[in-house]
Amino acid sequence: MNLSVSIGKLRLKNPVLVASGTFGYGEEFAEYYDLGLLGGVMMKGISLKPREGNPPPRVYETPCGMLNAIGLQNVGLSRFIKEKLPFIRQFDTAAIANVLGNTPAEYVRISRALDEAGVDAIELNVSCPNVKKGGIAFCADPRTLGRLVGKVREALKSASLIVKLSPNVTDIRSVARAAEDGGADAVSLINTITAMAIDARTRRPVLANVTGGLSGPAIKPIALRMVHEVHKEVKIPVIGMGGITTGLDAVEFMLAGATAVAVGTANFVSPGAAPAVVDGIEAFMREEGIEDINSLIGGLVIDNPDH
Amino acid sequence: MPAREAAADKAPVNAGRSFSAALTGNFEVSPGYRLLTFRPEGSPPPPRPGQFYMVSTGPMPEPMLKRPFCYFDTTGEGEISMLYKVQGKGTRLLASMKEGGTIDVLGPLGNYYPMPKKGQRPIIVAGGIGIASVMPLIKKFGAEARVVFGARSREDMVMRREVSGFLCELHGCTDDGSVGLQGTVVDMLGELGPEKDSVIYACGPKPMTRAVVAYAVESGIGGYVSLEEHMACGIGACMGCVVMTKKGYRRVCKEGPVFRIEDLLL
Repeated sequence: MNLSVSIGKLRLKNPVLVASGTFGYGEEFAEYYDLGLLGGVMMKGISLKPREGNPPPRVYETPCGMLNAIGLQNVGLSRFIKEKLPFIRQFDTAAIANVLGNTPAEYVRISRALDEAGVDAIELNVSCPNVKKGGIAFCADPRTLGRLVGKVREALKSASLIVKLSPNVTDIRSVARAAEDGGADAVSLINTITAMAIDARTRRPVLANVTGGLSGPAIKPIALRMVHEVHKEVKIPVIGMGGITTGLDAVEFMLAGATAVAVGTANFVSPGAAPAVVDGIEAFMREEGIEDINSLIGGLVIDNPDH
Repeated sequence: MPAREAAADKAPVNAGRSFSAALTGNFEVSPGYRLLTFRPEGSPPPPRPGQFYMVSTGPMPEPMLKRPFCYFDTTGEGEISMLYKVQGKGTRLLASMKEGGTIDVLGPLGNYYPMPKKGQRPIIVAGGIGIASVMPLIKKFGAEARVVFGARSREDMVMRREVSGFLCELHGCTDDGSVGLQGTVVDMLGELGPEKDSVIYACGPKPMTRAVVAYAVESGIGGYVSLEEHMACGIGACMGCVVMTKKGYRRVCKEGPVFRIEDLLL
């Protein structure tokens, strides 16, 4: 049975990644299982300087999902290269760094440094809803995004380039197209959906940041629809994520057009969630008699001739 | 880095902390408060006072996240108990779970209360359900401990009889005066006028914790508080449960839940 897939020139032993921001730099989860069970680890977003993040409360559970407004608390570029990257390198899994800049020049500088430090791929975070500068501002306008992706592309020698897309846009297809035209090897989607929760008794927002990003099974149908749309729009591989909890969820994303998937919020529910998704995919393939997982990608059957 | 160290880095040392458990008891101890006991399958490390467990309150996806509960007590038969207040969706579901069922548990997690140094006299401060966190200390210290136990009223001073059963010097206070002094735990601390060689161990609602920390700093008394904050994963990954310290944000689930009073900026 073949589970390996390719994202550009990056070969993954299986299609299951873990989503940035739900897995730290892998250290906490390595206390629970061998990270080599995963296709790859998309690490917590890295900025040039360390960031403190937002004040608490930062997380809140909502029906079938949760809100977060962490605000990209992270150790910053130099500590990441010194301490976090060597740690993840101990495991037989793809190391994918998530990059957040305040300006295009910062995106380029961080990406170049991480490429030289030897990460397997860079995931450009142009879709964080919880920070004021950078992030989603770059996803709002396809032309701005295309230019940014082009600049980072030129700076990279060996790392693959993934652009993480926001669902908080009018038309995700045009943003995906801009990323492809800019030279991205893949797009990953979706980031969280901007949302909020209110406490009627205190008449206040629950999160100190007022708004946060919604994730978890609640957003899976939206994510599936967007993966389906983007897969039809671009030729580069799509990495699908949004509420994946089981192997069947992952298969659904692959049928919609994802080449690989990422487990996110489910990591918070149970530390062993991502390896369980790998097991679930294998079980599905056995049951269905599928030899090569690549045969699932974009395998959605639509009977309605109007689509 | 030497190969031996690298291997130690990689080992899944906490795999045993993720386990299923048989629910062996779940009964009301007073209106709105319940004691849940479980027996782990496998052999997770034994809990230490101040640590906590993340417990599933039902099948995925709703409610989705596990809920954190303090380690309350252990029995000779290898059972672990947690005292909880029924106050939200998760705890209401937990309250409806029957003996004989199975729950998914992570733990014990977080750090624990350091023991008093030689010559230090412990003062334990509990606010309402905060008693759940300090009960193992009350049990351990016995007659050596002074306990200041505050609650809204008599009904919320849960486990009061059990606390006095451990022979500690118990000072109760309530908002309505139904038990002990009418006032807060800080009023009571003021009455007691603890000596400089005292060491505080406190757990309670946020306003209480803040007041105790301010009191301790002002009076030059050291000690520890156990904090709570909205938490998603319990293992240090989500970065949700942070509190501000002199060294910046620290995670309640990983660097805490027990913090040194002098380190906190609440």
